Order: sequence, then C-alpha cells, then structure tokens
Amino acid sequence: MSTITGEMPPRSYLRAGHTIRSWLLTTDHKRIAILYLVTITLFFLIGSVAAGLIRLELVTPRGDLLSHDGYNKTFTLHGVIMVWFFLVPSIPTTFGNFLIPLMIGARDLAFPRLNLASWYLFGLGGLFTLYALVAGGVDTGWTFYTPYSSMFSNGHVIAVIVGVFVVGFSSIFTAINLMVTTHRLRAPGMTWFRLPIFVWSHYATSVVMLLATPVLSITLLLVALERGLGIGIFDPALGGDPLLFQHLFWFYSHPAVYIMVLPAMGVVTELVTAFSKNRVFGYKFVAFASIAIAAIGFLVWGHHMFTSGQSMYAGFVFSFLSYAVAVPSAIKVYNWAATLHKGQIELAAPLLYALGFIALFVIGGTTGLVLAALAVDVHVHDTYFVVAHFHYIMVGGTVTAFFGAMHFWWPKMTGRIYPEFWGRLAALTIFLGFNLTFFPQFVLGYLGMPRRYHEYPPEFQILHVLSSAGSMALAAGYLLPACYLLWSLRYGARAGSNPWGAAGLEWTIASPPPTHNFATTPTVDFEAYAYPAPEARR
Amino acid sequence: MSRSGAVAEPFTDEAQQHEAATLGLWLFIASELMLFGAIFLGLAVYRLADPAAATIASDHLHLWLGGVNTAVLLTSSLAMALAVLAARAGRPRPTTLWLLATAALGLMFLVLKAYEYRLEYLEGLMPGVGPPFPLDRPVELFFNLYFVSTGLHAAHLTLGIAAVGLFAWRTARRRLPLPEHATRMEGLGIYWHFVDVVWLFLYPTLYLI
Amino acid sequence: MPRSNALAFFLVYLACLVLLGATIGVAHLGLGALNPVLNLSIAAAKAFLIMWFFMHLREGSTLVRLVAFAGLFWLIILFGLVLTDWLARSGGPLG
Repeated sequence: MSTITGEMPPRSYLRAGHTIRSWLLTTDHKRIAILYLVTITLFFLIGSVAAGLIRLELVTPRGDLLSHDGYNKTFTLHGVIMVWFFLVPSIPTTFGNFLIPLMIGARDLAFPRLNLASWYLFGLGGLFTLYALVAGGVDTGWTFYTPYSSMFSNGHVIAVIVGVFVVGFSSIFTAINLMVTTHRLRAPGMTWFRLPIFVWSHYATSVVMLLATPVLSITLLLVALERGLGIGIFDPALGGDPLLFQHLFWFYSHPAVYIMVLPAMGVVTELVTAFSKNRVFGYKFVAFASIAIAAIGFLVWGHHMFTSGQSMYAGFVFSFLSYAVAVPSAIKVYNWAATLHKGQIELAAPLLYALGFIALFVIGGTTGLVLAALAVDVHVHDTYFVVAHFHYIMVGGTVTAFFGAMHFWWPKMTGRIYPEFWGRLAALTIFLGFNLTFFPQFVLGYLGMPRRYHEYPPEFQILHVLSSAGSMALAAGYLLPACYLLWSLRYGARAGSNPWGAAGLEWTIASPPPTHNFATTPTVDFEAYAYPAPEARR
Repeated sequence: MSRSGAVAEPFTDEAQQHEAATLGLWLFIASELMLFGAIFLGLAVYRLADPAAATIASDHLHLWLGGVNTAVLLTSSLAMALAVLAARAGRPRPTTLWLLATAALGLMFLVLKAYEYRLEYLEGLMPGVGPPFPLDRPVELFFNLYFVSTGLHAAHLTLGIAAVGLFAWRTARRRLPLPEHATRMEGLGIYWHFVDVVWLFLYPTLYLI
Repeated sequence: MPRSNALAFFLVYLACLVLLGATIGVAHLGLGALNPVLNLSIAAAKAFLIMWFFMHLREGSTLVRLVAFAGLFWLIILFGLVLTDWLARSGGPLG
C-alpha cells in the first residue's frame, strides 16, 4: 500500500500520458473504460443507421427502399451489432470498468492486463463482423436459426460467427475480472452488504456472462463447421435436430438479455438513491434480487421456442419459470418506488432517465408476462408485439439507463459539468420519441404484423408511420447529448469531487480521479447510501 | 505483473494475489466446462434419439488406442502435478524436467491421435475430406460429433503443450524465479488437468458406451 | 488444509490407472443400460480425484470449491432442461 508523500496533488488519469501509446497500452481501468466508450459509441452509431433504414423502409407498405435480401441483411446487421457490440458490453465495460474499483476502494481491477486484452478482443471481433457486413452482409437474422444459417444462406455467416466468437471471450474475461475484483479487492471494512447495488448487479451480470457465453461460442462454432464441412449436427437428413440449435442458442441468448438489463438496474439504484437522498429501501432484497434474476434467468430460455415443436411439457415448465423470473424484477421496481418516497427529490437529468427506465421497464416487463402465457404467445410469436416488448426493455430500459449513467458520472469521469437544461430536454425527447416509436408496435403485433417483413397490408401503414416518426424524434434525442457532452469537455464548468452530493467512495476523490484512485486505501465503516451526507454541492 | 517483485498492482500481499489468481483460473475453467458441456449435450441428445447408430459408431472407433491415450494423458497429469510441487519447493531443475515430460506426453497423445485420425480418414469416416462415408447416414452424424469433440480437445491440448513448453523454457533460463512465481505454475497445472478431465469423460462417452 | 506431497500424487495416479482398466473392462461385459451409468460414474471418480488432488481443491478455500461446483451445477441445468424437452416429446420415451 503506497501513500503519496509529495505536496503536489497526483495527476488525473487523463493527464498521465498524452501519447497514443499511453492510451493503447494502458492498464488503467479508467482509460480502458474510455477506450470502450469510444468503441461502443461507434457501434451504436452503425446499429442506429441500420435502424433508421428499417424505419424508413417501413413507412410505405411496399418494399421500395430495400430489396428483400437487402432488408434481411439490414435487420440482421442491426441485431448483431446492437446485441453483441453495443448492449452486452455497454454498461459493464464502460461504467463497470471505471467505477467498480472506485466503489470498493481498490486501485484497479484484479487483472489489469487481461482488461486491456478484453478490449482488443472486442475490437478484433468488431472488425471481423464489420468486414462481413461490408463485404455483402448476412441475412439470417441475429438468431442464426438452422438449417438456414448452416446450410442454405448465401451470406458471410462464418465471418460474422468468428467475430461474435472472438467478442465472446472479451465478455468472459471481463466477467472473470469483475468477479475476482469484487471477491478479493474490497477495501477493509467494505463487507458485501456495504457494497453499492451497482456492484451487486455487475457481479450477477458477470456470473451470467461467464457461464452462458461459452455455450453460444460452441453453438456458433458448430454452425460454422456445418457450413464449412457439412457435419450435419443440425441437419435432419443426417439425423440432426434444428431444435438443438435453438435450445443451445437460447440457453445463452435469454440470459444475455439479463446481461443487458442487470447493469442498467444497478445504475438505476444509484441514480434513485442519489437524487432522493435516501438509502435504498430493502437493500438485501434488492441485492439478492439481482442474484435471483441471474439464476432464474438461466431457466427460462424455452419461452422463445413455444411454437417451435418442443414438447408441450417443456413449454409448461418454461412458461411457469418465466413468470417466476418476473418476481425479483418486480421487487426491484417496488423498492425503487419506496426509495423515492418522501425523498428530497431533485429532478436532474440523471433522475429523469431513471424514472424513464422504471416506467418503460414496467411496460416491457409486463408485456413479457403476456408473452410468457403459452396460448397468447401462439398468437403473437414472431410479430411486432415481441419486437416492441424487447425494445422496451433493451432501449427503454438499458439504453436509457446508459444515458442516465453517462450524465450522472460525466463530471466524475471528465471533470466537467454538462448544461442541465439540455440534459433535461434530451431526456424528455428520448422518452417521448421512444414511446411514439415503439408503442404503436404493440398494436401492430397484436393485429398480426409479422416481424422481419418489409412489405405489409396497407391497413398497417398509419401505425408504421407513427413509429417511424417517433424514431426520428428518438434519433434527435440521442444526438443531443453527443453534442452538449462534447461541448462541455471544453466549455463546461469544472466539477468538484462531489457535484451531486451523492454517497459512495467514488465521490470522495477528485474529478477526474488520479491514476491510482486512492492516495491511501480507505477504511469503510459506513453503510452504502449513508444519507444524509452533508457533502458540499457544486 | 512486475518482474522484480512478486506482488503486482493492484494487490497488497502475496496471499491476496494467489487467491485472486486461483479464483480467476477456476472461473475460467467453469466457462470451459460449459463450452465442452454443450458438445456433451449434443452427444447425449443424439444418443437418446438413435442408440443403434451410436453403438455402430462407437464400435468403429479404436478402443485400445483411445485407452492408451487416456493412460498417456493421465501420466502427463502426474508429471504436471510433480512440476508444480517442484516449483513450490523452489527447485527450477526438477520443475523444468517435469514440465518437459508433461509436454512430451502431451505430444505423444497428439501423435497417437493423429495416427488414429489417419486410420479413420483412410476408411472414409472424416467429414469433408477423403473417401465417401461407408456407413449409414445417421452413423455419420456421430462420427462428425466425434471429430468435433476430439478436435476441440486436441486444440486445447495443443495450446496447453505450447504453454508448458514456454514455461519450461523460461524456468530453465531462470527467468521465472521460484518459488515466488509458483502460482503461475499452479495455474498452468489447473488448465492442464482440466484438459485431462475433459478427455476422461470423452473417452467413455465416445468409445465405451 | 494439508498440502499434498509426491506420494499422494503417485497414489492418485495409480488409482486412476486402475479405474481406467476397470472402465475398459466394464465396457466389455455387455451390461446394456447399466454400461453408461457405470462408465460415467468411474469417469466421475477419476475426475474427482484429479480435481481434489492435482488441481489443489483439497487445499483450496471454500470459495474456490464453490466455483468448481457451480460450473458443474450449471451444466446440470443445461442438460436437465433440454432433456425435459427431448424425453417429453410426443413419440419419445415419456411423451
């Protein structure tokens, strides 16, 4: 344990080296978080352009903007990029990387060089996938269902699979890093039940990443081998079963949605406590709910396969378990509401995002229950109802929380304050634009509009037009923060160590933090969210 | 991790670092277990679907070659375990020798496996290459799974042999001070033993059942 | 927790070789449905010996042992629920 004995305050991590080499060969978790932030923003942009094309195409009932093949490739690109190269890494690799050592009082993650390797693997996988998409694309959908993907598709399936395979290892290594860090690097006195819920959420996420991702890796490898060597694992002519692919694929891909939402829930707990100046209501319930969601989330994947031909009894089991997994999620929602109750509410932009998350997550979650009902699912499976459901969770939930985290920790990461008026405006625009985009899709799906179709009966057009109009507002909402956040880097007011008056070890050090975080390792003798904390505001 | 000291950032003492490294490795092993587990699931599912074809396939495998290979791998595991003991005792020369023995036995496994593959290639049992498949189509599926699972195992083993070779070289050149860096040797050992354990399940599943 | 010595390792090795012989022997006995059960149990026994001794679980912390077990537990989930589908399909053994 070293102490800084000199008189000069330690340099911030941003100033410790200006060369490209000092960034590309860094082992500082904060710099790696910034590297990730830049990369995933790029992927978000690419995925969003694809979404824009989709919504533009769907304004008219005829397939006039894109060919059939082109449309298939566009929604595949959108899904692959958004799921594996934006949503899955989003919060854990940026805010998780940056904040977890700070929140537990450590000097870095347990394996700093593995952390850097994770980023390089992410970039490598991303490059492979982009190559495949530029070189002609893949038309199987992000779900790669066999036997189409393994035997009949003409796209660059193997290249995309390699990209996803490589990025899977990035996930696994990040998970190992976060778990070992949480187990072994907590400061003295930082017991498990004094940890911020953000840390619990990321621990649960890491368990899922560790155990589910390998199954995806091997499954995609089998598809690639089938394409390359004709091994017939999923080929009925050889006795193979396409349903085995679906089981293996969804064994990962359902827990994957919890990889995407658990960190977001952790963020929301931080925002809700900070802007109500209240301790989280029912800390242990919330902490264990994260673990429960991760665990039960492994048991429900068959609800993606209700109409696939799996046995009816398996359907019963998966349906029942899908209802069970909603319980810990609901517990979290109740606890957030109770935390806000009688709090000292400050409607700053981060809280607006958190409130948006809660509202949209409730809608997304309850429509998930609708889908979990076997009989109803037969009607709405593969319709826009499903599309709306998962976008409410992933975009209304995770992306909203991502933006909330961005605004909340921006002063800490950059040392600058963003303009609050624009922050609130963007939050509102995003909320309204999102609902206009995706609520009509529930109606569309219920009325029978299938997903992945770009031609449809004219009576659906009005709903599609509403949705596309909403998407333009949503895009504007997402572009706003890009503008004012970058503006603030140069012109924003400088931030003190705790501009929000929030509790948590990360707010006790300078903004931006010095390279080694803490001058002396803190000793923790207080609970998490120990409000009222009379810290000086701005 | 620094060359001079044994404790690297961000750890504060050796025990913490050792615990963290061990934990990290076992977490990685857990993920590898799921990787191979999915293939075992495929084997189980298809065996349940078509037990007759599975039996025909396993009859065409070379039971005794596989058995000898199992013994070879077990011996390599012993050598690896003894290398770790020597590393903990701070004795570089025995460590190097046991590591070399481990690598040599691993290579022997690969050679025998290659020989086995060649026999199967000549019979037309390999997917994608060589003479056409001689038996019924459902049997072909089991053979394909055999090649995928043993191929994946062999790939892991090859990586292991390379790592063991590297460690042996560094130990011999005294670039890996012992017993300070014995933790790394333990980590290597855990990986090696895991590859052995996978084979301990692959052998009966493919050859004996 | 005691640290193993070379003797312990040699004994484990010999035990594994004996079990290897046993498993090959069992396969030749033609026991039908009992064959896979026995063979996999023998494999599990060998695996346990290797994990407990060679992989140092004997001297590891509770946490490390928990992690080793957790991987296995998750595998059981994968197998269990997928087989629920398989075995229960109409025309299958239980459907």
